[in-house]
Amino acid sequence: MLEIKNLAKAFDERVIFKDMDLTINDGEVLSIVGPSGIGKTTFLRILAGLLPADRGELILNNEPLNISGDRQGAQVGVIFQDFNLFPQYTVKENITLAPQLVKKMTKNEANSNAEELLNNLGLTEQTNQYPFQLSGGQKQRVAIARALAMKPGILAYDEPTSGLDAGSTDRVIKVIQHLKEQGVTQLIVTHDLPFAQAVADQTFDFGTDVSRGGSL
Amino acid sequence: MDYIVQILPSILGGLKMTLGVFVLTLIGSVPLGILVSLALRSDIYLLKWVMNAYVWIMRGTPLLLQIVFVYYGLSLANIMTLPRFEAATVTFILNYTAYFAEIFRGGIQSIPDGQYDGAKVLGLSKLQTMRKIVLPQVLKIVMPSVGNEVVNLVKDSSLVYVIGLGDLMRAGNIAASRDVTLIPYLLVGLVYLVLIAIATIVQRRMERKMNYYR
Ligand SMILES: Nc1ncnc2c1ncn2[C@@H]1O[C@H](COP(=O)(O)OP(=O)(O)O)[C@@H](O)[C@H]1O
Ligand SMILES: [Mg+2]
Repeated sequence: MLEIKNLAKAFDERVIFKDMDLTINDGEVLSIVGPSGIGKTTFLRILAGLLPADRGELILNNEPLNISGDRQGAQVGVIFQDFNLFPQYTVKENITLAPQLVKKMTKNEANSNAEELLNNLGLTEQTNQYPFQLSGGQKQRVAIARALAMKPGILAYDEPTSGLDAGSTDRVIKVIQHLKEQGVTQLIVTHDLPFAQAVADQTFDFGTDVSRGGSL
Repeated sequence: MDYIVQILPSILGGLKMTLGVFVLTLIGSVPLGILVSLALRSDIYLLKWVMNAYVWIMRGTPLLLQIVFVYYGLSLANIMTLPRFEAATVTFILNYTAYFAEIFRGGIQSIPDGQYDGAKVLGLSKLQTMRKIVLPQVLKIVMPSVGNEVVNLVKDSSLVYVIGLGDLMRAGNIAASRDVTLIPYLLVGLVYLVLIAIATIVQRRMERKMNYYR
């Protein structure tokens, strides 16, 4: 369960959002929608620990998450808009790197874990390929597998349908539903309303469900 | 032909010296260059400032002047007297470190922020991110520029001649003025060409090896 309480963020004097309150239950899929430039990515980067918030709380499975922008660990799995796969590593190495370095898994453990994830996401044939050899949809699923390998409390996607054709969009909807059945809590930031409605249990409108303007 | 055989030992002696300066400079200045490039991006203002000044001086003054300064200058000023070979290699390392630092700094800058974000959300430390994510990609990017510097280094090593080190250049010079002939110079030129051909082949190999991804 992720609880967001009274979260606020300003860049210099400009308040991007404030009074953000939201709860996402275990195994739930929640979409955060809103037009471009409204602050969705900013929120996601705060959730991911990449940006500091100005106030508020993030509580993931009863553990508070650091909101100062220098978080340790990988409690929040992130699927970036352009995936940010590591180009010099194969698909499998992309997935096994962090579990070995951060979770101190043995190579064997990390490998068998990765193989299971790749199988689960229909990527077995891509195991030993490099990111440049993959399609957009395949890269996205590698990014999902890479994030899941760290066993995060929540999986957060930034604009997962941007740059995907209709076929790949259908596929990512299926993947999200498949992961939901396996109990993965997922948060999706998107400006693609039909997609948000197709995939989510709950929709949070970033345009109207938070305050902005004025001062913090 | 007989003449070439006759001067060959001294030329080879010179080659040994040239290779010594070359290898030691490379071994010293590539890792130091990486460290200095990291310091150039440091949050510690003083460290950054000092390293910038260092790079500026090393790149902004002739290497020849630096060699003369370290060998004769420090001795004249009673600071210290280094033997010729040590003076030459120390100066070369200091000089080439600055050039490599600039190359690596540029390479590090060209890595997209997304790579750091990707590493951070996976929980990698800053050091792990540098070692496992950033530097391997930087190495590929800087390879062509590093290769150019290596070729320059082979040729620059002839500058040690001014402080009387018995390198290739000096060996050629001695033979040419003693025997009043151009042949030693031609021979020395040929040896440099071979050295640079080898360096170029090694560079191409390494570039090809790193070309497995884009
Ligand atoms: N680092 C930053 N510094 C200042 N302003 C920023 C920064 N990042 C984003 N912004 C601004 O915050 C607003 C929200 O951006 P963003 O979160 O990317 O919106 P969205 O993802 O909803 O399209 C934009 O106006 C953007 O220009
Ligand atoms: Mg965005």
